[in-house]
Amino acid sequence: MSKKYESVIGLETHIELSTNTKMFCGCKLSFGEESNVHTCPVCLGHPGSLPVVNKKAIEYAIKIALAVNCKIREYTIFHRKNYFYPDQAKNYQISQYDLPLGVGGYLDVDMGDYVRRVGITRVHMEEDTGKLLHTGRTGRISESVASIVDFNRGGTPLIEIVTEPDIKSPEEAKEYLIRLRNLILYRGVSNCNMEEGSLRCDANISVKKVGEERIGTKTEIKNLNSFKFLQKGLQYEIERQTNLLESGGKVIQQTRHYDNNTNMTKVLRSKEEAHDYRYFPEPDLVPMHIESKVVDEVRCTIGELPAEKAERFEKEYNLPKYDSSFLSNDKKVARYFEDCCKLYSNAKNISNWIMGDFSALLNKEGIDINDSKIKPANLASMLKIIDGGKINSKIAKSVFEEMFKTGESPQVIIEKMGLEQISDGGLLEDIIEEIIKENPGTVKQYKNGKKKAIGFLIGRVMARTKGKANPKMVNEIMTKKLK
Amino acid sequence: MRKIERKDIEHIAKLAELDFSDGELEKFTVQLDRILDHVARISKVDTEKILPTSHVIEIKNVFRDDIVKKSIPKEDALKNAPEVSDGGFKVPKID
Ligand SMILES: [Zn+2]
Repeated sequence: MSKKYESVIGLETHIELSTNTKMFCGCKLSFGEESNVHTCPVCLGHPGSLPVVNKKAIEYAIKIALAVNCKIREYTIFHRKNYFYPDQAKNYQISQYDLPLGVGGYLDVDMGDYVRRVGITRVHMEEDTGKLLHTGRTGRISESVASIVDFNRGGTPLIEIVTEPDIKSPEEAKEYLIRLRNLILYRGVSNCNMEEGSLRCDANISVKKVGEERIGTKTEIKNLNSFKFLQKGLQYEIERQTNLLESGGKVIQQTRHYDNNTNMTKVLRSKEEAHDYRYFPEPDLVPMHIESKVVDEVRCTIGELPAEKAERFEKEYNLPKYDSSFLSNDKKVARYFEDCCKLYSNAKNISNWIMGDFSALLNKEGIDINDSKIKPANLASMLKIIDGGKINSKIAKSVFEEMFKTGESPQVIIEKMGLEQISDGGLLEDIIEEIIKENPGTVKQYKNGKKKAIGFLIGRVMARTKGKANPKMVNEIMTKKLK
Repeated sequence: MRKIERKDIEHIAKLAELDFSDGELEKFTVQLDRILDHVARISKVDTEKILPTSHVIEIKNVFRDDIVKKSIPKEDALKNAPEVSDGGFKVPKID
């Protein structure tokens, strides 16, 4: 991007709550089930049916609003958002309009060198729509093209979090979403699974000349449903808008769709009139008065937050700041770490393995620490075995990889693969003597004062023992023999 | 002066996915204008000391517990579908 321009970004994030039932009826929340098996007159919008608010959904919504430091409105109501689209059977969506649940919050996003405070305009509640499956794309022109609607998802409690246009780069946008997701996962109110659509993100973006007060014309980008797509879609759009302005063109306010196959944004058919939603208060639902006592009760049920946990880890386990924040960022990792700490006392060793080899393997496989075959007990045993001198840290890497693959205990793997460290002084002495005999040149160099040459000889010993020799003993014996 | 113009009626009709003939558009413009005139009399009432009302019944906080209730059978759910295909409501594709 040309340095002459800067970008202004605001995000709208939708989060499906993980309640048992829908927002306004007792139908079960489901994913990936047979279509239209979880519906009733309420979520199908039959005339005469009446919605009733799910109390748990309100509690969860308050938790999310508090997570982003919003003020909870004491008086809040639902509105009808009217539009004609077959993803809603009622031809309106029950949502919130000018009296949303949470207002005026913020989220601090740590960018390493600086912290970006992103203002949160509002947190509001609504119901999710049904799912449209498009059919008939066989390529034949005569084939009529239709959509099939599945209302299983229709009515799922949904929270929308809208930021101020405070985000300045695609990287900040990505970090914001990561942080938001972690906060919500911590509260256990949504599984935030982006692939299943329980966390969805749209972005508003414009560019302006550096220093210019006035914000440029913005576009809205839809379908930014992974951290990578969010970043890439924004990058593409910044470039597109900048090139447009540079060449004397104008940005047109429109909604664009991000296509992750081409990594481009494409304009959606313009529906300028569709934004006239004719909101009005939902007459089927009575107002909600959320007393501060209720908010305080909800606040009490919120467990330790990432920042608090990081601080505790630093003190309780004597860990560096970096380790503490790494381990506490994801609730599951934090629990895993603490489970290991109950079984093995050197917390820094545990942290090193989790942050290093373990994270690398988890990332490569794209799985959560909980889904790993390595259980805390096995990691703890392996660390004890290393401390006991039975294997060295290099061999431990192979043992760890095998544990990751098979889930077997380190003891079994060491035995099966014959990885036990050679700490037999007599045996090591024999091997070292062999190596000394085979490398007279290097020995001469060493004796002439080139002390570094010992490294080569030790390397030969390690190679001959396939890395199993106790490195400390090899060093001692070798030094003695070369005198 | 008219409070509502023919183009407003066209706009609302479009939003509501309704097709009107020229004659109907003219008729509804006149009728809706009269309705708005009538309703406008409310704005003459002094509401200085009255809080906005979003609901006519004086109750608040009606909630239900998060307990699963039996949904209706799929066949019943689909009875109101204009057309059924692949176990779903078949509708014209809209971009
Ligand atoms: Zn239902």
